[in-house]
Amino acid sequence: MTIKETQQEIVEEFALFDEWMDKYEYIIELGKDLPIIDEKYKTDENLIKGCQSKVWLHAELVDAKIIFTADSDAIITKGIVGLVIRVFSGHAPKEIVDADLFFIDQIGLQEHLSPTRSNGLLAMLKQIKMYAIAFQAIK
Amino acid sequence: MLYTTTSILKLKRDLLKITQILDVESIRKDFPILKREVNGKPLVYFDNGATSQKPQVVIDAITNYYTNENSNIHRGIHTLSQEATNAYEEARKKVQQFINAKHSNEIIFTKGTTDSINLVASSFGKKHLKKGDEIIISTMEHHSNIVPWQMICEEKEAILKVIPINDKGELLMDEFKKLLSPKTKMVAVTHVSNTLGTINPVKEIIAEAHQKGALVLIDGAQAVPHTKVDVQDLDCDFYAFSGHKMFGPTGVGILYGKEAILNNLPPYQGGGDMIKTVTFEKTTYNELPHKFEAGTPNIVGGIGLGVAIDYMNSIGISTIEAYEHELLAYATKQIKQIEGVRIIGEAKNKASVLSFVVDGTHPSDIGMIIDKLGVAIRTGHHCTEPLMNRFNVPGTARASFAFYNNEEEIDIFIAALNRAVTMLK
Repeated sequence: MTIKETQQEIVEEFALFDEWMDKYEYIIELGKDLPIIDEKYKTDENLIKGCQSKVWLHAELVDAKIIFTADSDAIITKGIVGLVIRVFSGHAPKEIVDADLFFIDQIGLQEHLSPTRSNGLLAMLKQIKMYAIAFQAIK
Repeated sequence: MLYTTTSILKLKRDLLKITQILDVESIRKDFPILKREVNGKPLVYFDNGATSQKPQVVIDAITNYYTNENSNIHRGIHTLSQEATNAYEEARKKVQQFINAKHSNEIIFTKGTTDSINLVASSFGKKHLKKGDEIIISTMEHHSNIVPWQMICEEKEAILKVIPINDKGELLMDEFKKLLSPKTKMVAVTHVSNTLGTINPVKEIIAEAHQKGALVLIDGAQAVPHTKVDVQDLDCDFYAFSGHKMFGPTGVGILYGKEAILNNLPPYQGGGDMIKTVTFEKTTYNELPHKFEAGTPNIVGGIGLGVAIDYMNSIGISTIEAYEHELLAYATKQIKQIEGVRIIGEAKNKASVLSFVVDGTHPSDIGMIIDKLGVAIRTGHHCTEPLMNRFNVPGTARASFAFYNNEEEIDIFIAALNRAVTMLK
């Protein structure tokens, strides 16, 4: 599945929810279920510190594809981080560099990307692109 | 039964006690923003520690200034300038009376508490600090009362000392006394903690510091909206606070300083209004308070702050204090019913701030969910990172109340919090 297709899939999943409460409950469940990073990667180097919550992001190149793992100490942020990982992980650096992120807007969570929210999500997205650019250069 | 004047008065008093210390419903009408909805729910605004809402009279004063009075103040020859100058200087006198300063030239208009503290740290530090001198702050200070002192300490090779606190969030006064020495040049502590709500025994702190010859700056940002401040009674050397936390506009604040001490400090910034004469060889500085007010000030901010003070006086600061005390007691009682809630800051003497964490949840998750239910609280470290480290929490959720809040709003907040906790656990 391409980055675009995964995003469309998520948008369809969220279309099932009429109420923000259901949406949040789903995100919280995602956050609770996902052990999305190996404890050994929860290092200061991988830490993206927001004012409100912390996000850890780890990236490695496996068979020319970037595998992202991530985590957050806040559960809603962690759920959204999980979705972002689902979209980007396992793709070639070029695909990630070229990708257009639209699902967060479309599922009505754009407020989580506002700089004032400072939960580390926006910085994490930038970091994902930076990793992709860096891995592309190595290749 | 025969009703005497005294018995009727007593009845009235009891009724007042039972129903309300103040008529909150009529007060709420003075604040237009309280009518709005957030996320489809009526707004419950419990972020007063960050900034307070503004009554209509303050909003009107701002509009009126720009509509009818706008002009640059001081040195203007024309009528408008005279009127604007009078209004601005009138506001200074209102501030003076509000905190009972001896002279109106002891009231310096600044941008806010942060600006006031930076002014003192910079001007005092430049002239009076030398290598090895000590400045004492406390564990519960806002970053605004930490960083300016760190900066000047670094420049002057002075030493910053920190008063520890107990688990309830109270200063350890014995430890403070041990920190004091002839090397202590300045003690800078908060009157009321923005994170914990603790009301510190500042009068005692000031007396102790003075005995050792140190000056004292009190960060009053969280105190002036909630409690009577009398700078002469306290005998503090500096007192700093912000307009926007006391129902006035943003971008205006106050530095109070004793006249003799202010006269002995160099100016903070250079520019217009703060000078007497300027030549390329030598500039002489203006008198107080203008010496510390370089450039065109926030004129409308000052005037708006004056109106906010009038408004607070019309309710009465002791009434505000008593009412908020009741609100805090009610909220504390209700929140304790929720399983897993831990209140951060349980000082005996506390202002209307309720900081808490809930076991197994992150404060930001709670803040996000209850925001969807119309309840505005603050989550995070509240610009007091060292304090968060002291309590070993990443941050707290904080509800802070003003006199326009009521018990019904607390019930909505508690219900929202219950819902959030259920979702998150």
